[in-house]
Amino acid sequence: MLKELAKFKGFSAKNLPKEEPFAPGHRACQGCGEVLALRLALKALGMNVIAVSATGCMEIISSPFPYTSWRVPWIHIAFENAAAVASGVEAALKVLKRKGRFPKNRRVDVVVFAGDGGTGDIGLQALSGALERGHDFVYICLDNEAYMNTGVQRSGCTPYGAMTTTSPPGKKSFGQMTWKKNVPAIAAAHGIPYVATATPAFFLDLMNKVKKAALVNGPAYVHVYAPCPTGWGSKGEDSIRLAKLAVETRIFPLYEVIEGKYYITRKITKPKPVEEYLKLQRRFRHLTEEHIREIQQRVDAEYERLLRLAECL
Amino acid sequence: MGKRIAKEVSIAVAEAVKQCKVDVIAAYPITPQTHIVEHLSELVANGELDAEYITVESEHSAISACLGSVATGARTFTSTSSQGLALMHEILFIAPALRLPVVMVVANRALSAPISIWNDHGDIMAQRDVGWIQTFAENGQEAVDLVYHAFRVAEDRRVMFPVIVNLDGFNLSHMIEPIELPDQEQVDQYLPPFKPKYKLDPRKPISMGPVGIPEIYTEAKKAQDEAFKNAYKVIVKAWDEFEKIFGRRYRPIETYRMDDAEVALLIMGSLAETAMTAVDKMREAGKKVGLVRIRLWRPFPLRDFVRAVKGVKMLAVIDRALSPGATGGPVAVEVRSALYQVPGRPRIANFIAGLGGRDVTVEDFEEMADKAYFYMKKKPKEPYEMIGVKE
Ligand SMILES: Cc1ncc(C[n+]2csc(CCOP(=O)(O)OP(=O)(O)O)c2C)c(N)n1
Ligand code: SF4
Ligand SMILES: [Mg+2]
Repeated sequence: MLKELAKFKGFSAKNLPKEEPFAPGHRACQGCGEVLALRLALKALGMNVIAVSATGCMEIISSPFPYTSWRVPWIHIAFENAAAVASGVEAALKVLKRKGRFPKNRRVDVVVFAGDGGTGDIGLQALSGALERGHDFVYICLDNEAYMNTGVQRSGCTPYGAMTTTSPPGKKSFGQMTWKKNVPAIAAAHGIPYVATATPAFFLDLMNKVKKAALVNGPAYVHVYAPCPTGWGSKGEDSIRLAKLAVETRIFPLYEVIEGKYYITRKITKPKPVEEYLKLQRRFRHLTEEHIREIQQRVDAEYERLLRLAECL
Repeated sequence: MGKRIAKEVSIAVAEAVKQCKVDVIAAYPITPQTHIVEHLSELVANGELDAEYITVESEHSAISACLGSVATGARTFTSTSSQGLALMHEILFIAPALRLPVVMVVANRALSAPISIWNDHGDIMAQRDVGWIQTFAENGQEAVDLVYHAFRVAEDRRVMFPVIVNLDGFNLSHMIEPIELPDQEQVDQYLPPFKPKYKLDPRKPISMGPVGIPEIYTEAKKAQDEAFKNAYKVIVKAWDEFEKIFGRRYRPIETYRMDDAEVALLIMGSLAETAMTAVDKMREAGKKVGLVRIRLWRPFPLRDFVRAVKGVKMLAVIDRALSPGATGGPVAVEVRSALYQVPGRPRIANFIAGLGGRDVTVEDFEEMADKAYFYMKKKPKEPYEMIGVKE
């Protein structure tokens, strides 16, 4: 166990921080999983934060000038470069502290919020660079499995079979015809001290992981699964249910990679069939039984692979 | 006052950046900018410069990291050329709009294709409208001096705009020239510490880079434009101050043998030295030829320019960049429009020269001046022509 994490006791329902660094009154859709995850993550981090957003839903809904939801310092520059912007913020803090122009002992966490597109597709290069260089920052990917801000186009994180506006099912297509890109594995491949997956359905787990990500020295990456009723064709009130089902079906396993070692943080011994999860969302409505079987097989195989990683390493 | 020592211009520029006590450098190597960033890496590695050097994975990230850094209150520098500058393009617009005063040196180089590492102004002319203050250096001393000036102007609270200092790749960046680096005390006297009014600081949270709905976008742009135009005064004043401390005088527009000139060559950057030789030669032959050089390209110094070309009959505008199918090279288009409302304005002949490292010789300047004389009597057929093309 990393020594930075040794003293961290974890949040519980009794010791939740009172602060809300992310203010209510933003413009996200009802039942938005991203904004919930964002709020919880910031709650875990507290007020001594500098936040960097990539262009995307969360940036748009939080900052229509002259309003802002951010009670912590916040900057948005563009879509694909949030990790690079954060690199600059982190380097600046470091040198300003060294030169006595910022209080030396004041801890400031630099945190990035970006969507799956801003992270795994267009922003992958900037992310990789920042992780490799070892900046002390937290990168949080809010994965709603498509480019929602621009109207639900497919991304590399869109799951197999899902309908989006650029992966429409048709005579020659059954929706997204590629398997979801494993971005946390890419992050882990950089050999950074901390990688985790989380979902707002297990909110204490999410907050604890974000806090740990901030506590470790060096880069940390948290991949958050975030239901999007608008893009998925699901009910707003089903978002938490879906976030939970994604874990219980093993579609989105919860784990940590600490110094290269995999730990499954929620073992699913009796998985629910993927169909239970798929049928609650319009984006999968066109899938045949054959497709669903294929998805089930893939999910089983991926989970096996993860188990092996957690055991042998 | 420091001594004049022979130095490679890139090295001198890096030394000047060091004297400006930058806090953060984020850069990605590209020829011919490399010697600048390599030397800065050395200075940081040796502990001669106390700065964070971010070895980013691209120029897009270089400029992005710079914006993050300067927004946090650190004095920030980057440098690039050509393809690297083009890769930054998207982010270049955002720096001035958020009033983030980064300083960048561009060692000007041609753009692909065909790929070329050699000098012209194609790279920077593609960034004409990004909203940065832009200056062009003629020689090594000027390049160095423009660096001090850039930080001083950029970070002035009345300005708060990023600055690009242009210097011709190889033709200037790799030259060994006698350059005087001032004493550190002089630089400190000239350049106060960076104290931005707004920065990312948990003790006083602000939001930077919000959404501009249609109700405010135009106003935001109007405010930016006004502030940018007002920067002119500070830019010129900062040169006045520079003269007081360092003894060298800089103006937005430079002229050479312009009294009574009928034909004026108009250039930017390091071609000036050759052009002056050509002017001297033509003057000896009795031709009334002069030279005008634009040092401050953005904000464009309209009044200074109009004053500089007053009385000229024919302006031979030399563009180091091509704008295919336009009514001229970028400089010609600019000055033609600048002069349009001016009574008794000079006519314009536009020459595209020195692309991708092609030399522009004394003879080329003579040819252009001769053509300009010819066009006084007979209008040119085309709005612009290329010089020195092999048949
Ligand atoms: C360079 C560039 N290309 C495209 C866009 C348009 N764009 C803005 S947000 C976005 C998608 C965002 O998707 P994601 O990162 O998954 O975030 P989400 O909105 O889903 O939360 C796109 C394509 C842009 N702003 N910049
Ligand atoms: S489109 Fe989806 S991610 Fe975007 S605000 Fe609405 S629910 Fe949230
Ligand atoms: Mg998304």
